[in-house]
Amino acid sequence: MSVKTLTIDGKDVAIEEGATILQAAKEAGVAIPTLCHLEGVSDVGACRLCLVEIAGTSKLLPACVTEVAEGMQVQTNTPKLQEYRRMTVELLFSEGNHFCSVCVANGNCELQDVAIQVGMDHTRFPYRFPNRGVDMSHPSFGIDHNRCILCTRCVRVCDEIEGAHVWDVAQRGAGCYIVSGLNQPWGTVDACTSCGKCVDACPTGAIFRKGETTGEKERDRAKLEFLVTAREKHQWIR
Amino acid sequence: MDWNELLEIAEHERSQQKPIRLHCCTSTGCRAANSIAVLNGLRDAVDEAKLGDRVEVVGVGCMGFCSRGPLVQIDPNDDLYEEVKPDEAASIVSTLTGGTTSAIKGDTQHPFFSRQMKVVRQHSGKLDPERIEEYIAVGGYQALHKVLYEMTPAQVVEEISRSGLRGRGGGGYPTGLKWATVAKMPGEQKYVICNGDEGDPGAFMDRSVMESDPHLVLEGMAIAGYAIGANHGYIYVRAEYPLAIERLQKAIQQAKKYGLLGSQIFDSPFDFKIDIRIGAGAFVCGEETALIQSIEGGRGNPRPRPPYPAQSGLWGCPTLINNVETYANIAAIINQGADWYASIGTEKSKGTKIFALTGKIRNNGLIEVPMGITLREIVEEMGGGVPDGDVKAVQTGGPSGGCIPASMLDTPVDYESLMAVGSMMGSGGMVVMDQTTNMVEVAQFYMEFCRGETCGKCIPCRTGTVQLYSMLTKILNGKATKADLDAMEALCYMVKDTSLCGLGMSAPNPVLSTLKYFPEEYRERLQEAIAPTPPVEPTEQHGTATAPELLAQ
Repeated sequence: MSVKTLTIDGKDVAIEEGATILQAAKEAGVAIPTLCHLEGVSDVGACRLCLVEIAGTSKLLPACVTEVAEGMQVQTNTPKLQEYRRMTVELLFSEGNHFCSVCVANGNCELQDVAIQVGMDHTRFPYRFPNRGVDMSHPSFGIDHNRCILCTRCVRVCDEIEGAHVWDVAQRGAGCYIVSGLNQPWGTVDACTSCGKCVDACPTGAIFRKGETTGEKERDRAKLEFLVTAREKHQWIR
Repeated sequence: MDWNELLEIAEHERSQQKPIRLHCCTSTGCRAANSIAVLNGLRDAVDEAKLGDRVEVVGVGCMGFCSRGPLVQIDPNDDLYEEVKPDEAASIVSTLTGGTTSAIKGDTQHPFFSRQMKVVRQHSGKLDPERIEEYIAVGGYQALHKVLYEMTPAQVVEEISRSGLRGRGGGGYPTGLKWATVAKMPGEQKYVICNGDEGDPGAFMDRSVMESDPHLVLEGMAIAGYAIGANHGYIYVRAEYPLAIERLQKAIQQAKKYGLLGSQIFDSPFDFKIDIRIGAGAFVCGEETALIQSIEGGRGNPRPRPPYPAQSGLWGCPTLINNVETYANIAAIINQGADWYASIGTEKSKGTKIFALTGKIRNNGLIEVPMGITLREIVEEMGGGVPDGDVKAVQTGGPSGGCIPASMLDTPVDYESLMAVGSMMGSGGMVVMDQTTNMVEVAQFYMEFCRGETCGKCIPCRTGTVQLYSMLTKILNGKATKADLDAMEALCYMVKDTSLCGLGMSAPNPVLSTLKYFPEEYRERLQEAIAPTPPVEPTEQHGTATAPELLAQ
């Protein structure tokens, strides 16, 4: 296997032929933001955050699916790329209903991380406040489409690793949503093995384990009454 | 089937044809205007006048002058009747025996017809697309025989390269180069795909070719299959073209019956079969990688290129994918030679191009013109100009193209020139706009189209088109500021530069070209222009929407 040498942001990198620019950047210690990329599953080049500039071509190319070539000169963080990345994240925030403060993923969210990474502190686009649903029909997990960024990591991990293909994308454009089974409640999809890989693959709080949401944090106020009744009347009833 | 049998069929067909043929268009446009009733009326009238021994009525393909349908043409004297009503059929037949008719007679010497140069549409409107014999009678399938017995695959590729033919789907990629690439790719299995998923608003060139001369497309595909070493082809047709699908199906069956498709074509070792795949209503499936996914049975989503279909296409095999019109040029190039073809057109754009001339113009319809003709010649001479007032702009390339202002009507129609003025050749839609057209509304219309047709895979196209549409709406409603306009322009460039496929990359073109050539139409709708005193600028350097603005939307 031959090795290709290239420069990424001026740093020399040598990497095996067939590797992607994203892999080479990792090797060189250059951080390129990504959202739809997930180690272990195929790349789709959909989020456009990893776009880089390559000397000799006017097109911006996605680092996750572009293979390295000998002598390639890659720029990953030009002002134009910074601006475009910020706009991409702004578009994502304006598209869904992303409220970090009440989200299960707050503090452990890749969308949040990327927003910080690209320096997005507000969106210049009006929020669209879409009316999307929440599916809690699965015994162990839930999906809140309001937080979904359509990265399709759940689709790929379920198809390529678990082999169940529970998820796919339905509709098109602004109407797109992640669909379970034959557009049925997740809990009724026989193909689902409840393995939880989609939960681990989800970059945001869209797919989560039950019991983790703020809404589920209910206090058991009746317990006090139960204890008092038990002590005073010796009746163990609720 | 061998060469002599082919000639025999042609000879027999010609001898069977009556000296006088009444051509009545039975393509979609004229059908919508009741041409089937006209066709039946003509047949009845011929029977009644007992002219059946020397006159035949033929349902033919598109004659081009679609806005004036139903069209009836008398062959050989070339009289053309427009907007024919069923009750006029008898009188048209009576003109053959010295009678008169009240039907409107068309001017076949008009530049709309006389300036055309028909290569692809040579037989369109003259033969019955549902009978292979008529196609064979005018020399059909002779090019296929020629390549199989007189040329090597490499020679065919060379011939197409020398002709200078470029992709008619709009991109203008050199066809010969594409064929050469697929031909040289290693691999036992290769495929030929014909892209018939024509979807630009106002464009119907490919539909007309498929409906009017389906065998021309099949023959072109078979020649391509021989040239690149493929034995299987697919035609992907959008479901909205039922007549094209029906006629292609008939054509494939008839060609198979004669041994012109299938195993051992013309008794040679070459096998080639063609299957039809029908779209499911997605514009984006006209994008080649999405189209391939759709044929494979998947969701019609584009994927990043490279790898190009030439390397890894249908089921991972090297795949040649060309547009309907591109394939329809092949037989003529093989029959008449690359040099003849290369003599038509400009230095870099060879041959002819079909345009669907529509909008605010007198003569609507399909025209086939040599490359290099100016927009002015098309619009003013052939199209007869705008009915009331002057031309304001010409839109080419559909939602991927741009608006060219009247001041640039002398732009020659070729790939490079149209690109240089911020539009593109596209698949051939040409919409003429007059002074009453609001250019911001035009931009909004195309953005609405793109917003509805984006597949939703990549963020800039999925979300950017929605935001661009609402920004254009805000401008039209007189609620936008200069900062909104700047933000919209910035978003246009972002969507253009970062989208995954051609749909997103070109979606902002109608906005950018109208912004470039008609900036005043945007500016006069801004709040600053409407309100006597400019509003106090809030924190506008980032274009943040304030609460009242949000509520107002």
